[in-house]
Amino acid sequence: MTSQSETSRRTALPSEPLARMLGVRKPLDAQARFWIGVLAFALPFLSWCAISYVPFIWHPQILVEDAGDSKIPGQNNYIAVGDRVDLDVVISRNRDLDAVHARRVTGQRVNPIYLQSPHAVARAMYTAFTTAPERDGDAWLHESLLQSCKVIFWGFFWSAVFGLPLGVLCGTFPFFARLFEPFIDFVRYMPAPVFGALALTVLGLNDAPKITIIFIGTFFQMVLIVSNTTRSVEVSLLQAAQTLGASKRQLVWNVVVPGAVPGLYRDMRILLGWAWTYLVVAELIGEKSGLSAWLYQQQRYRHFDNVYAAIVIIGLVGLITDQFLAVAGRYLFPWETGQTKLVRVIRAMRRALPQRARLAGT
Amino acid sequence: MSDDRIQLPSYLDHVPEVLEYFAEIDQRKVVLSIEHLCREFDSPDSPNGKLVALSDINFEVRRNEFISVIGPSGCGKSTLIRVVAGLEEPSGGIVAVDGVPVTGPGADRGMVFQNYTLFPWLTVRKNVLFGPKMKGLRDDKAMKAADEWLKLVGLTDFAELYPAQLSGGMKQRVAIARALANDPRILLMDEPFGALDAQTRASMQAHLLRIWAAAGVTVLFITHDLDEAIYLSDRIVVLGARPGRILEVIEVPVARPRSPEQFLSGHFLATKKRLEELIHRRENTPNSGGSMHD
Ligand SMILES: Nc1ncnc2c1ncn2[C@@H]1O[C@H](COP(=O)(O)OP(=O)(O)O)[C@@H](O)[C@H]1O
Ligand SMILES: [Mg+2]
Repeated sequence: MTSQSETSRRTALPSEPLARMLGVRKPLDAQARFWIGVLAFALPFLSWCAISYVPFIWHPQILVEDAGDSKIPGQNNYIAVGDRVDLDVVISRNRDLDAVHARRVTGQRVNPIYLQSPHAVARAMYTAFTTAPERDGDAWLHESLLQSCKVIFWGFFWSAVFGLPLGVLCGTFPFFARLFEPFIDFVRYMPAPVFGALALTVLGLNDAPKITIIFIGTFFQMVLIVSNTTRSVEVSLLQAAQTLGASKRQLVWNVVVPGAVPGLYRDMRILLGWAWTYLVVAELIGEKSGLSAWLYQQQRYRHFDNVYAAIVIIGLVGLITDQFLAVAGRYLFPWETGQTKLVRVIRAMRRALPQRARLAGT
Repeated sequence: MSDDRIQLPSYLDHVPEVLEYFAEIDQRKVVLSIEHLCREFDSPDSPNGKLVALSDINFEVRRNEFISVIGPSGCGKSTLIRVVAGLEEPSGGIVAVDGVPVTGPGADRGMVFQNYTLFPWLTVRKNVLFGPKMKGLRDDKAMKAADEWLKLVGLTDFAELYPAQLSGGMKQRVAIARALANDPRILLMDEPFGALDAQTRASMQAHLLRIWAAAGVTVLFITHDLDEAIYLSDRIVVLGARPGRILEVIEVPVARPRSPEQFLSGHFLATKKRLEELIHRRENTPNSGGSMHD
C-alpha cells in the first residue's frame, strides 16, 4: 500500500519527465504524444537535411566547376566541367597536376545524383505535376497517380465485396469455415504475381489483369482475417443474446455483425495498405501503367528528384487515407472510444466550472 | 476458546413467522422443476473417460421464490444453471419451466452472467431494449418499460452511456434490468457479483433484494459466498463435488425483510455454520479445489 502511494507521488514529480515517458506500457499524456509524433517525422527529415546540406557529412563526390589543365596527360584527365567525380579520383588528379604546377581541378563537394536534397524533392513535388512528360503520349504524374488509385480502389472493392461476406460466414458457421478455409489457406501462399501471366492471357492488356492481381493479393488474406475477427466476438455475448430470445438470424445480424464491425474496420485499414504493396507488381505486368510506369520512366531519365517526389506522394496518400479512416472510425464506433455526445457535454461543463466548485463537487 | 462459545439455535428451528412464510411458499405454483438431472462430460483424464458434473439433481422452484445454489468451485453450479438456461443439454433427466420441458435457450429464462455480457455497441437503454426488440416490440411502450426498469435499478441518468463507461456494479444492474425487461418466468444468475469488490457486492445484494421484491420475480442464484446465499435466499441448495449432487436443501430460518444487521443473528450464524460444515468437509478432500474462475 505504502509503496503504491510512494510510486504515485514519485511519478507525479516533474523532475523525471523522461523516466515518466519511458514507463512500461504507460500511456503518454496528450502533449508528449503530440511532440513525439512530430519527432517521428522530424528526425528522419533532419537527418536527410544534415546529409544533404552539411558539406562534411558524407558528400563523397565533387561537382567539377573547373576541370584544371586538361592538356596535362594522366590516368584521370577525362574530368570535365559539370561531371560528378569521386573524391579520391579528384585528389589523385590534383596530385598529377600539382607535380607540373598546372591549374588544379576545383569544384563543390556533392552527394551522388541518387541522393536528392529536400529542396530539390520539394521543388519536384510541384514541378512534377506541372511538367509535361518527356515523350508525347506518356502520362502526367497526376494522371498516373489517379490511374494507380483507380486500380487499387477496384481491386480492393471487389476483394471486399466477396471477402467480407465470405469471411463473416466462415467466422459465424464452423460448417463454412471448414468448407472454405483449408483451400483458401492453400491458395494464399501462392504469391499474387505468379498469376500475372495467366491474368494477362485471360483478361487482355487493360486494367483488368492489374485489378485481378490486387484482388488475388488481398482477397484470400481478407477472408481468413475477417473470419478470425468475426470469431473473436465473445461466445458469452451470443449466449446472453440467446437467453434474451434472439433467433439464429437475429444472432447473426444483432450480435455477430455489430460485434465484429469495429475489428473488421481495422482489418480493412491494414489490408488497404497491403493492396498498395501489390500495386507495383500489378502495374508492371503487361503494359506498364500508373505510378509505377511513371517512376520507371523518371528513373530512366535519371530524374531522381521526381522519383523521390513520387515516393513521398505515395506515402502521403497512404498516410492521409489511413488517418482519415482512423478519425472516421472514432465517430463510427463511439462505444470503442467513449465519445458520446453526453460525455463530451459533461467534460465541457466540468471544464467550465471554476476550480473551487469542482473540488466541492467531488 | 470453545468454552465461551455462544449457544446458537439449530438452523432447523424456525420461528413461527418463518414457518408461516414457507407454508405460504408451498402453496404457490411450481415454476421450475428439475428431475433426475445428470450431466456428464467426456474427460480423457478420468479412468472411465467420463466426468460426472451433475448426478441425479432434483428440486423445485416456486413462484417468486429466491433460491440459491451453493457449493465448492467445480462442483457443477455453472453447469446446472446453463442446463436450466438451455445453453447446455442434460445427459439425463428433465428440466421443465411451467411444466414444459426445456429444449434450448429462450426469453422465459433470463440470465445474468458473472462476466458482464452487455453488448458494448449498444447504449445502456438499448441493451435493456434488446430482448423486447428481438420480440419485434419497438414502440414507445417498450421504450417506457425499459426506462421503468432502468429507474428500478437506479440507472436513469446513465441511459445514454455505453457499457465501457460504467463500473462493474452498474454493468450488472444493467444486465439485471436487461433480463427483467423480457418479463422472464425465472431469472438465472451465475455468480453475478463474483467479480465485484466487497463494498460494491454488499450494495448490489441490497439492490437485488429490492428489485426482487418490487419486480415479483423468481430467482435461481448461484454463488460460492455463504453470507450472500443466506442474506438473499429463501432456500439454499447445497451441492457437493465429484460427482455434483445435492447434499442438503436448507430453508433459511432468517425472517424477511432482511437487513445487514441480521448477519450476526443466531439463526444467520447457525445457518452459516451448517453450510460451512457441508461445504468445507467436501472442499478438504484432495481432488477438489482449483480456481474459482470457470
Ligand atoms: N464444457 C466442458 N467440458 C468438460 N468439462 C467441463 C465443461 N464444463 C464444465 N466442466 C467440468 O465440470 C465441472 C463443473 O464445472 P462448473 O459447472 O463450471 O463448476 P462451478 O461453476 O461449480 O465452479 C468441472 O469439473 C469442470 O471442469
Ligand atoms: Mg461457475
